[in-house]
Amino acid sequence: MTKKEMLQLKMTATRVRMGVIEATHAAKSGHPGGSLSAADALTYLYFKEMQVDPENPSDPERDRFVLSKGHAAPGLYATLAERGYLPVEDLPTLRHNGSYLEGHPNMNKIPGVDMSTGSLGQGVSAACGMALAARQQEKDINVYTLLGDGEIEEGECWEAFMFACHYKLDNLCILIDVNGLQIDGPTSKVMNSEPLDQKMDAFGFNTIICNGNSFNDLEQAFLLFDRAHGSGKPTCILLHTTKGMGVSFMENDPEWHGKAPNDEQYQQAMQELQAAYDQLGKEYEQWLK
Amino acid sequence: MAEVMKIATRESYGNALVALANAGHDEVVVFDADLSASTKTCLFQKAYPKRFFDCGIAEGNMMGVAAGMSTFGYVPFVSSFAMFASGRAWEQVRNSIAYPALNVKIAATHGGLSVGEDGASHQCCEDFALMRAIPGMVVLCPADDVEARACVRAAYEHDGPVYMRFSRLATPVFHDADKYTLTIGKGETLTDGFDIAVISTGLMTSEVLKAALQLKKQGGLNARVINMPCIKPLDEELVVRAAKECKKIITVEEHSVIGGLGEAVCSVLAEKCPTPVRRIGVPDKFGHSGPAWEVLQDFGLTADNIARQIQDFAKAE
Repeated sequence: MTKKEMLQLKMTATRVRMGVIEATHAAKSGHPGGSLSAADALTYLYFKEMQVDPENPSDPERDRFVLSKGHAAPGLYATLAERGYLPVEDLPTLRHNGSYLEGHPNMNKIPGVDMSTGSLGQGVSAACGMALAARQQEKDINVYTLLGDGEIEEGECWEAFMFACHYKLDNLCILIDVNGLQIDGPTSKVMNSEPLDQKMDAFGFNTIICNGNSFNDLEQAFLLFDRAHGSGKPTCILLHTTKGMGVSFMENDPEWHGKAPNDEQYQQAMQELQAAYDQLGKEYEQWLK
Repeated sequence: MAEVMKIATRESYGNALVALANAGHDEVVVFDADLSASTKTCLFQKAYPKRFFDCGIAEGNMMGVAAGMSTFGYVPFVSSFAMFASGRAWEQVRNSIAYPALNVKIAATHGGLSVGEDGASHQCCEDFALMRAIPGMVVLCPADDVEARACVRAAYEHDGPVYMRFSRLATPVFHDADKYTLTIGKGETLTDGFDIAVISTGLMTSEVLKAALQLKKQGGLNARVINMPCIKPLDEELVVRAAKECKKIITVEEHSVIGGLGEAVCSVLAEKCPTPVRRIGVPDKFGHSGPAWEVLQDFGLTADNIARQIQDFAKAE
């Protein structure tokens, strides 16, 4: 990745984070923590990895993305808005009565949303079905799905993992946002799922561990997914992330899983993100010179 | 008298799937959860192995996989026993299939008490209730082989989720395959009569026909027998007309009296034409093991008891 690309991705991810804060603040509810941890992966997917066209969101040949951790909807919506699927100005209508931006993704209302999700454990099954369908149609389509590390406590996830490996869905990329926190506290205390890499390996995945908040790492991880095509192994990328990433007082605090910032917190969060954005802008200008 | 042909509707389901594929509907794919020999999807598997996917004993995932596959234009038929298709996987059906209105057909075999020997854990008498409550879900329950095959075709032609209940038990074929058509949302009047109307579904319909014939021979009571293959959307017009013309309604189903055909009929009549109704079905309790017909008899779901109930209710003030 060139320095220019890297800076552009970072700036985009910062705007996505601002969208998350705008939306959840305006909604007075929603899930900022897991949206912020996943913002870099979502940005990388939609701006670098996936073959998609915002002008033609239902193109049958497009790559698919399923947000299995559907509560990270603000993160997905902000990414879709940045990518041009929907107006950025619509983000503050999140969760409002009459808005198409439902609390959890609705594929029939929101352009760019490939599957309705929200009930944990279910999106990954649908992603398996899409990957199977793409293979059945002999199409070169990748299917990506993002799960939470709390979500994988749902038994259906492991049913889907078995299915993906049994049917050798090597066009499927399962991303797990390992931010280590869920509503009731650290996942290690609530319901330990470690050693996750060994479990995914044992199931038969091409398992990759990376820093999910690093674009260099993400680039390497998706390269390894690309190389796994033809191997008969689906890929699982364990994204080690920081929950609430980018907003100091939200980082690593489970309280921010499902709570919206009040006016004061909103101001502070936006100031921090704006400062980070300005800094990146300066670096970008310097690089241009 | 010629021997009446008996076929289990699960057998009809398997055959109808093959017929759909044979007719060139290449987008039909079939899923099962390790029960293909029992649900009869094995017939499809044998004919079209590349379009059959065993999901193992994991019904929740199977529903989601089918949902995902349908977004690529496939028409998945998903099969398991009624207990697991409607019970175990209810929330996947609700959230991954019905909420996004995806074109998935849920085919549940071994519905009701007539599962028999497997006992209460497998005798699903709640599936109509569970599936009716989901917005947009069509609920079908055929009465014989001809109707079962028509159900599969109608489900295929309908755009959106459909739940179908088939039986393990072989039951008499009373429809004429050449004349019968099934329309979603429509019931069927089998015998005309004005003394009382009996509305039934699934394998209870042939029992009701027997009961009605018996009563007519005995003392000239003319019951109107209405077969209701479509539990939802219910043929309200047919129900209201029967209520107006016959004044009394009996419903018969191999399902809990809570939330099934009986309650659906009562809801329509309470609002549109208040009429006395007697619901024959499984009372608020679990079944038990035994040969299917013995268990059905224990619960009063055979022609003799249905005839007694009809006679008793017809006389009642």
